[in-house]
Amino acid sequence: MSVIEANHLTKYYGKARGIVDVSFQVNEGEIFGFIGPNGAGKSTTIRLFLSLIYPTSGSATIFGKDCIKYGPQLRQDIGYLPSDVFYYERMKVIDLLKYSASFYDRDCTQRMRELADTMELDLNRRIEDLSYGNKKKVGIVQGLLHQPKLLFLDEPTAGLDPLMQRKFFHLIQEENARGVTVFFSSHILGEVQRMCSRVGIIKEGRMIEIADIKTLQQNNYKKVLVEADALDAAHFNIPGVTNLEHSNGSVRFFYKGDINALMRTIGSVTVSNVTIEEPTLEEIFMHYYE
Amino acid sequence: MRANIFWQEFKMQLRSVITWSLSMAALIFVFVSLFSSFAKDAALLNEMMANFPEALLTAFGLNNVNLATLLGYFGFLFLFVQICLAIQAATYGFGLVSIEEREWTADFLLTKPVSRTQILTSKLLAALSSLLITDAVVWISSFVFITMFKGDSTYEPRALLLLLLSIVVFQLFFLAVGLVISLLVKRIRSVTPYAMGLGFGMYVLSVFGDMLGESVLELITPFKHFNPNYIVQNEAWDTPLVLISVVVIVISLVGSYVLYTRRNIPAVV
Repeated sequence: MSVIEANHLTKYYGKARGIVDVSFQVNEGEIFGFIGPNGAGKSTTIRLFLSLIYPTSGSATIFGKDCIKYGPQLRQDIGYLPSDVFYYERMKVIDLLKYSASFYDRDCTQRMRELADTMELDLNRRIEDLSYGNKKKVGIVQGLLHQPKLLFLDEPTAGLDPLMQRKFFHLIQEENARGVTVFFSSHILGEVQRMCSRVGIIKEGRMIEIADIKTLQQNNYKKVLVEADALDAAHFNIPGVTNLEHSNGSVRFFYKGDINALMRTIGSVTVSNVTIEEPTLEEIFMHYYE
Repeated sequence: MRANIFWQEFKMQLRSVITWSLSMAALIFVFVSLFSSFAKDAALLNEMMANFPEALLTAFGLNNVNLATLLGYFGFLFLFVQICLAIQAATYGFGLVSIEEREWTADFLLTKPVSRTQILTSKLLAALSSLLITDAVVWISSFVFITMFKGDSTYEPRALLLLLLSIVVFQLFFLAVGLVISLLVKRIRSVTPYAMGLGFGMYVLSVFGDMLGESVLELITPFKHFNPNYIVQNEAWDTPLVLISVVVIVISLVGSYVLYTRRNIPAVV
């Protein structure tokens, strides 16, 4: 079952482009990576799902229901962590979290305490006295305390130190193991590669690719390095080879095509070492943006 | 209406409500306490004022005002209370939803499981409660200080009551108009200039209206709709003008709901 669904979602801010004709589905229990550089339309997409803004055309559904018409009801089960967190500066952390909890029709006290413990959050400080990283922790706790079934994370790790990032990812994976669907927007591709099973790549407001990370890697260029004495680079110039580089007794190139043809070509010379790697998400991503 | 939003709003406004209420009570105290010493020389003053140029008197709202009577005096000075009330109400109106957008807390509130109609209603009721508290302080301090300082003078309670009750609608006008303007513009960087602009602007319009004898301006400004001198002299509200205020309030409120439920909440850039 698809938990979230965008149908030809388009948003213009006056004449400025937000997103154009974006369609995709995210399935229940999935961690869906949503990647693109700043200004590509990641936040716009998330804000449309949360009805913070309204689409110019197209529609979006969550749990099969229209996210504008049923917004208030749907948001009982949605957690949201924005990239920049802002809360009522004069409030204490505990009061803000209690205020947040008061919107939900279930008791959130215990989960709130657990999360605050995990994130090592001091509940008695005022929001205005917190560092950015600590405000971010408040954001994480308030986004998760009502045990949502769907999470929107918009560049969630900005401002967290590596230790907290690890705790955070662990927390998200735990939530996911309980069946929570996660929509994970980021431009840090390493973390998306680590967390997500499927990704959507957005470029200048348009979704240009939606695929499994594995499929993306397998169907893409392989990075090949061949080391040997006295190599002739031209020998490797077979169909499917690009970016051929030759230096100091080693040849590097990208290869896309029948792997057997490549093996035969390599096998016909005496080599000292061969590595064939799948490209990282970052390299694939850069390829889309070249 | 959601009780949690109401209380959150109310708590955030409480300090401002107390400050405004105490300031206005102090203002009324100063005005009223000076009446007895003023009344002694009032005959002289009225005589002197009769020699002033008509335009000057009009500019200060002193035309046809008998400062020798308690309510004549109180009605004249009540104008300054009205200016304060106008600025306070306009501040709450302009800030009601714009502050959350300026300080980026709107994302927090609007991603909770509540509708925008519920949010706006709760916030409006909280602002209304804050204004009613201020109004109550104005009422009580007016009655108490007038009783304390009136000396031998007498006054018509009905006129005073009508004058004091008028401030509820008067404040609603500035609350509602401030709110709808804040939703018509893209972003309000600071509430104060807008609130001062609306409050003083309406006052200046009413003064100009008097000086120029322009009755068109009367239609716009609540300082005319609820002119204290008129209420004191006639022991009644100027009903057609008050109705204009009421219509403006209703249109502004309906407009605010329509605009707010369709509003795109700006993101941090």
